[in-house]
Amino acid sequence: MIAWLRPGANLRREFEAAAIAVLVAIAIGSVLMLVVGKSPAHVWSQMLRHVFSEPYWFGYMLYRATALALTGLAVAIALDAGMFNIGAEGQLTAGVVACAVIGTALPEATPAIVAVPVCLLGAALAGGIVGGIIGVLRVARGAHEVITSIMLNAIVAGMALYLGNVALFQGGTTTGKTIVSGAQLPLLGLSGSSANATLVITILVVALVWWLRSRTTWGMAWLAVGRDPAAARSVGIDVGRVRILAMVGSGALAGLAAVNFVMGHKHAFEEGLGRGTGLLGISVALLGRSHPIGIAVAALLLGFLSAGGLSVAQEVPKELTEMLQGVVVLAVACAGPWVRGKPNPVKGAA
Amino acid sequence: MIESLFSIAFFAQVIRIAVPYALAAMGGAITERSGVVDLALEAKLLFGAFAAAAFAHMTGSAVAGVLGGMFAGMLVTAVQLFCALRLRADQVIVGIALNVIALGGTRFLLQLVYHEGANSPPVNGFGHAVLANPLVWLAFVAAVALPLAIKRTRWGLRLRAAGDRPDALVAVGVSPNRARIAAALVGGALSGAGGAQLALAVGGFVAEMSGGRGYIALAMVILAGWRPLVAALACAGIAFAEAFNIQLQVSSIGIPHELAQLAPYVLTLLVIGIAGGRRSPPPQSLGKL
Repeated sequence: MIAWLRPGANLRREFEAAAIAVLVAIAIGSVLMLVVGKSPAHVWSQMLRHVFSEPYWFGYMLYRATALALTGLAVAIALDAGMFNIGAEGQLTAGVVACAVIGTALPEATPAIVAVPVCLLGAALAGGIVGGIIGVLRVARGAHEVITSIMLNAIVAGMALYLGNVALFQGGTTTGKTIVSGAQLPLLGLSGSSANATLVITILVVALVWWLRSRTTWGMAWLAVGRDPAAARSVGIDVGRVRILAMVGSGALAGLAAVNFVMGHKHAFEEGLGRGTGLLGISVALLGRSHPIGIAVAALLLGFLSAGGLSVAQEVPKELTEMLQGVVVLAVACAGPWVRGKPNPVKGAA
Repeated sequence: MIESLFSIAFFAQVIRIAVPYALAAMGGAITERSGVVDLALEAKLLFGAFAAAAFAHMTGSAVAGVLGGMFAGMLVTAVQLFCALRLRADQVIVGIALNVIALGGTRFLLQLVYHEGANSPPVNGFGHAVLANPLVWLAFVAAVALPLAIKRTRWGLRLRAAGDRPDALVAVGVSPNRARIAAALVGGALSGAGGAQLALAVGGFVAEMSGGRGYIALAMVILAGWRPLVAALACAGIAFAEAFNIQLQVSSIGIPHELAQLAPYVLTLLVIGIAGGRRSPPPQSLGKL
């Protein structure tokens, strides 16, 4: 379905498409700044100055980028295997619930060496189960993953709210109990910003996915299924199994993004925690052209937009940069085929 | 409890809730039948709702609000088609991107026009009498007329051909993309009208008021096998469950309302899981332009 996004396409064109998309977003953002009566040069330079010279805003960018890189990777590995996972939102919520429930259920004295891995695993498992359901329904019943994802997003959100109301929320609030201290990840110490050790975990995960994808037979099988399922089948790859596993992995990564919010920042279950990160993961995956390194860069870019947007909220409404995140995706979707349509300079010369 | 389900008030409630879903679903059904994936339904609802509130506020007329909503729906569709047909961008991504833009964009417009974070100024809707609401009539008329129009008019024939056999259209000298534009703009107007109902029913625009209805409507379209009338009926089912749930909260008979609210989604998932997703095939050129 989304052939031009897959790896193997000319790297230079991928880069060109992403660059065009960013330029278009800057241009549209500038026009909107003019509409609210501000000088674009001033606003953009303020955003850059805040984010790159003030530790708080730099930390906020990293905090946003951490979760976005994980949900972005989640969407990307499903995409690689030819599945469109728009259910990262629900998988993330499942991760939030699991992570918080396990984190509060552990004995108070649990050391970090036990508590952290257990909570990580719980978040990944919960997300993985939700992703797996989508994969199984697609493979076994031919159910389109877009519908099942949408339904599961609604179902998980509703169940999280129900669990919160009957068991987790503390006396009239929409916040649950604090998780044990062993499961709380340290902050990175960027002047009170919420950037935390999940960043380190995320960097490791990005590296792991890069390695799996480009250096192992697993990765090869999953890319083959995405590119041409019939060809993959003919060389003996179990297409259905690869698809289900890719969806489980995708869900697990989205669930892992919960760690950034629950263990790294809020230390408790909260209604709506992390909302929107799953949906934006789609943007990150597309902008990063489905490549782990590209995704890390895209996550930083969207993180910059939201940190920068908040830092200049006194001057331009922060909704402006929220909107730009969508504009970037639209532009990258349009620039891809447009760039592809141009003759390949290498082939053209030959 | 049981009697209250058969009251006229309950029935009216179901219709009020069903109209935005049904209009969006019927709009989505004809857009998709012409071969264009319509994940942007959420954006059309949201911009439609904002435009309806803005126009109604500006003119003091709810009818102007409806027209504004339809216009906004068509505008979103125009952007969608430009990206999908002219620039050949992936249609699913275009839809998702437009939805993200709509979330931020409508709030940006709220700030820009009204200097408000979450609500537009109050506007007058059509009141609570369901039968006095032209949007209800629009939904009924569309539900009856669309299947006939798809089957019997030239517009409908070309729309179906553009979706299923675009090469056949080319062979008779008609541009498939023109047929898609003709179909999708009507679809966009209907979806925008659905957004207008959202805003006018509560007397103003509220940020994020579409609340995922566009996605649910699209799921109903696919579930209904891309048939507008069936999709509208499926939406009525969703609305029935929602209205029932409101009753449940009022009369509290022990089923937790957070879970009862999920019934239609679980049901949809079960139907797809048991019956399989390939019961009725999608339009053949859907998303493959």
